[in-house]
Amino acid sequence: MTKRVPVVEKILSANDRVAEENRAVLDRHNIFSLNFMASPGAGKTSLIERTIQGLKAHVDPLRLAVIDGDIATSFDADRAAAAGAAAVQVNTGGECHLDAIMVRNALPQFDLSSVDLLIVENVGNLVCPASFSLGTHRSVLIASIPEGDDKPYKYPGMYRGVDVLVINKIDLLPYVPFRMDFFQQGVEILNQGLLTFPLSCRTGEGIQPWLEWIISQVGEHRR
Amino acid sequence: MHELPITESILEIALRHGKKNNAARISAIHLVIGQLSSFIDESIQFYWGIVAEDTIAQGARLNIRRVQAQMQCTDCLIQFTPSSRNFACPACESVRVKVIAGDEFYLESIEIDK
Repeated sequence: MTKRVPVVEKILSANDRVAEENRAVLDRHNIFSLNFMASPGAGKTSLIERTIQGLKAHVDPLRLAVIDGDIATSFDADRAAAAGAAAVQVNTGGECHLDAIMVRNALPQFDLSSVDLLIVENVGNLVCPASFSLGTHRSVLIASIPEGDDKPYKYPGMYRGVDVLVINKIDLLPYVPFRMDFFQQGVEILNQGLLTFPLSCRTGEGIQPWLEWIISQVGEHRR
Repeated sequence: MHELPITESILEIALRHGKKNNAARISAIHLVIGQLSSFIDESIQFYWGIVAEDTIAQGARLNIRRVQAQMQCTDCLIQFTPSSRNFACPACESVRVKVIAGDEFYLESIEIDK
């Protein structure tokens, strides 16, 4: 006899379960964590360098750890380490995104008791990383002026799922046709009231409010 | 995208619930997929035939219910189906809209034989 059994379970739940475990590990160690997502070349690593430098100079310096996801090479982890963070490179071996299991395997490589902030640099890609939660507390999308102003319309999944938007390379605005109002209208449709930091990693313009946001988030998380 | 790990995840969920209910065989799987979740039915169907082989779900029918995207304008409150090019409200052109349906992606039920 055939019987219908109700299930109602989210697919991808295996990844989500591991993501929850990661979150629990981070919370146990009082670590606030960010997932950086962007297209290749938007400035994820540059923003990490700026962030490390800025937080080192703070009166109450934060101890940073960086997990760098890339298909190959350790260029990005080397840059993060050179800037002064504990860094672990995860080579995804062709996979176009990090998943929760890769992050779980990277976490024990740090001394978690001496980390305040973990930044996970995802693989440069505006599609797949949005579907795989890692267990981080906030997800940050880094857009950049030369990518063009149509990206929210073309990658709605990514723009809908993030908590914070950084618009990098604003120093290039005078040289690139980029309609900020058109871009921001697309963002507003997909993610109303999204917290946004326009900045330039090259000139340093706009970096300060971004650093202050991180410091306040780490402080709130500790409470 | 990533239909293979997705299909494996579907199989894992189905087998777990089949076992819990002492199924001898799983004859059908009912999925709900929203239009805004970017998964391709044909690819899932294709991989299903391969991953379900030699399990109690081999040969199970994959039934996919697609849910159309539905949005609501938070200014004039009408509900509408967005066009692929424009998500703004068709009535008042407001861009303050929210998704109320279309991002579902879950396994709703399975049919089992004991």
